[in-house]
Amino acid sequence: MKPSRITECNEWILARFPLTKLWNEHMAHYYAPKNFNFWYFFGSLALLVLVNQILTGIFLTMNYKPDAKLAFDSVEYIMRDVNWGWLIRYMHSTGSSAFFIVVYLHMFRGLLYGSFKHPRELIWIFGMLLFVALMAEAFMGYLLPWGQMSYWGAQVIISLFSAIPVIGDDLSLWLRGDYVVSDATLNRFFAFHVIAVPLALVMLVFLHIVALHEVGSNNPDGIEIKDSKDPWGHPVDGIPFHPYYTVKDLVGVGVFMLFFATVIFYMPEMGGYFLEPANFIPADPMKTPEHIAPVWYFTPFYAILRAIPDKFAGVIGMGGAIVVLFLLPWLDRSPVKSIRYRGGIYKKALILFVISFLALGYLGTQPATPTATIFARIFSAIYFGFFLLMPLYTRWEKTKPVPKRLTSIHSLDEQLPALIEEITVLKPVSSEIGHSAFKSSFFTRSPNPEGIKNVIIRFVKNAKESLD
Amino acid sequence: MKNLIALLLLLFLSFGVAASEGIELQKANIDLSNNASLQRGAKHFVTYCLGCHSIKHIRYLRIALDTDVDQKKMLKDIAPEGASIYDQLHSAMNKHDSEKWFGTQPPDLSLIARSRGADWLYSYLKSYYIDPKSPRGVNNLIFMDTAMPNPLWQLQGEQYAEPRKNFWGDENINLVLKQPGTLSEGEFDIFVSDLVNFLVYVGEPVQLERQRIGKYVIFYILMFLVVAYLLKKEYWKNIH
Amino acid sequence: MNNKGVDQSKRQFLTTALSVVGAVGTGYLAVPFLAQMQPSAKAMAAGAPVEVDISKMESGQLIRVAWRGKPVWILNRTPQVLETLPTLDNELRDPLSLESIQPESSKNPVRSIKPEIFVAVGLCTHLGCSPTFRPEIAPNDLGEKWKGGFFCPCHGSWFDLAGRVYRGVPAPTNLEIPPYRYITDTQLIIGEAQEEASA
Repeated sequence: MKPSRITECNEWILARFPLTKLWNEHMAHYYAPKNFNFWYFFGSLALLVLVNQILTGIFLTMNYKPDAKLAFDSVEYIMRDVNWGWLIRYMHSTGSSAFFIVVYLHMFRGLLYGSFKHPRELIWIFGMLLFVALMAEAFMGYLLPWGQMSYWGAQVIISLFSAIPVIGDDLSLWLRGDYVVSDATLNRFFAFHVIAVPLALVMLVFLHIVALHEVGSNNPDGIEIKDSKDPWGHPVDGIPFHPYYTVKDLVGVGVFMLFFATVIFYMPEMGGYFLEPANFIPADPMKTPEHIAPVWYFTPFYAILRAIPDKFAGVIGMGGAIVVLFLLPWLDRSPVKSIRYRGGIYKKALILFVISFLALGYLGTQPATPTATIFARIFSAIYFGFFLLMPLYTRWEKTKPVPKRLTSIHSLDEQLPALIEEITVLKPVSSEIGHSAFKSSFFTRSPNPEGIKNVIIRFVKNAKESLD
Repeated sequence: MKNLIALLLLLFLSFGVAASEGIELQKANIDLSNNASLQRGAKHFVTYCLGCHSIKHIRYLRIALDTDVDQKKMLKDIAPEGASIYDQLHSAMNKHDSEKWFGTQPPDLSLIARSRGADWLYSYLKSYYIDPKSPRGVNNLIFMDTAMPNPLWQLQGEQYAEPRKNFWGDENINLVLKQPGTLSEGEFDIFVSDLVNFLVYVGEPVQLERQRIGKYVIFYILMFLVVAYLLKKEYWKNIH
Repeated sequence: MNNKGVDQSKRQFLTTALSVVGAVGTGYLAVPFLAQMQPSAKAMAAGAPVEVDISKMESGQLIRVAWRGKPVWILNRTPQVLETLPTLDNELRDPLSLESIQPESSKNPVRSIKPEIFVAVGLCTHLGCSPTFRPEIAPNDLGEKWKGGFFCPCHGSWFDLAGRVYRGVPAPTNLEIPPYRYITDTQLIIGEAQEEASA
């Protein structure tokens, strides 16, 4: 039989480009541990949000004007006059917040299962660089609508650089290109936001994934699956990324889109957290809004800045809060990776860290009252304590023995039927009109207080045990 | 652990107290699907506000289409004399005059409902009172020393501020209507509601459309999710 | 992991189902992105019908107005021009305007509602340059055969004073006539067709 045109065409390409090889290396023959749980969705979701931001960003750029006189109005023009402009803008503004939610959860996954530890230090470093680039991208993008919050937020953050001794004032002047945030600043931020930083982001994502696929993915047990292989050289506990994790991630994508669409269509301002009310007033260099706060994703760091009663030290504290994250692979001295086999100290420390991070985030959105400042200081101390004391407490703590092979924990949807069975009791429907023959086949479930109590007691016991 | 929980409780309590200070806003009755209210609001805006405030981000045509008014009727009954259906709601006042008269330029109100909120606008428009100490003779409970004179005083009448002790013995300021205006109190509330309703609509004209489309999108995503879940389950059934 | 007992047909069905659902979703998602490149409400407002007062136009005068950002010519043709027009038919590609764009009310030999007042979109049907108005007869640069008309400087297309294209030039059809109607005897509205107004 003569080869068809399509096959010929495929062969022509494959002789010149390693498409099959790339696909196999990174998808069909990339073996991932089979016990990924909920926390492992956020990597692919971050990629999805990045695509969303780039796509919607391109279309926003078609109508946005990076000019101090026109910028604010051009955003409203997009929201009202451009066909579907509102949808594309909301996808972009909601996407920026979604990006941080997804990335914060992705990073927290690393803390849970020790994904930053040997041999994945470089993946973590690339990831942290991505995080810094993402913050730069978000910060510069936030200036573009040229509202009051955009303007004064940029003014405050750029002024941070003036705290650096000797060169500070000249540096912040150079960044702004003017004595205050102005048209020149807007225009250069636009250039960085639409091309320079996105390029860096895409390249870093590439490096992050290449490094990951070189050493292989970590997993909730923190075991190297490459240590036990079958006779064909495949990890016994690994499964090909495609199709297993592609179909699984599609479910994650569906759930994510459900939340994403709900925000876009029903609460695009998210109660003033995603789009701040003061940003609906055009930038006015003569008048600062009564209460200025950065967008929610910067507030933990902003709270640390405000907590320190010295300009330069505050900037160092804020920068340090990010720098310590880079050092994580070398601060952690524990012999085990996953939280499942760590001792109670790390677990308690992690809980304290999460609480302090959330509390700092909340405090950063609130006005700086004296009480709030005291709390911000306490939480900042916990934040830094978590990292800086890590070499000590991770070395002391007693770890549990790590198994050789992956353990299997049933996923939530597998556990659900048993759980429902336990917390409810089956009762036949008593119906007086119904025919007696049908009576026995109708049942209803009602809550079983005894069962619920047992479940709660078991849950609390487990939680307590795991913390010791 | 216990100490920490106590600490957190204390933290949230302390902010809760701080947040309850300030004057309580009255609830605005917003219904964007009420076209009659929006049309009245548009008419009120053109009559009482457009003299000083523009809404430069919307055209008469868009209002006509969204609130279901005939374009000719829009030009005859609502828009000012000589306006084109394609015009935005520009104010007739020039910048120089406004700075001379009010010391400031009246802001464009396209997004006022999104920056201030409906309840604030509703309360603000209802909270003017006679204040002999103020240079303008009137003041506002919600926005002290506002530069804007009360454009609706003939309709509302004259309110006076009277301090009153509340249940806990704190002093509150109550506004009392002493000289009734051309509208009764109920009529005036509806008047202000219509105006605020219109401003909320103007803040984001696409709101209703957005929510309508949202239903279909979410329905679609649920369908996608069901199929994706079944596919995942099928593939994963021999992974143990 | 073993592949025994895998229900291939079920997998195939679900994969196809998800692909179809995904393709439909992507299709719908593409609509807003493509539609946003269409003219916006601002562009449409700027493209609204234009009113023109022609009471002060002298015989032989051409005025230009912008409609949808395009130049629209209004020419008050002299009686001599109207006499010359029918004599040119043999040299034209589409003298009866059968293949050209014009509203029904201007589908006649002089291509206008009132014979003397000629209205046309001043863009060459070749590649969109705006032809120059050359009413003089047989000028030096255009030669003996020029009876007055519009000359496109970009690629040398010739049109007569009814916007009809000559043979042997690059432009394929006659100049486009926009929809227009008379509000009064001396007031034109460009962008609204006569049929619509009477309906």
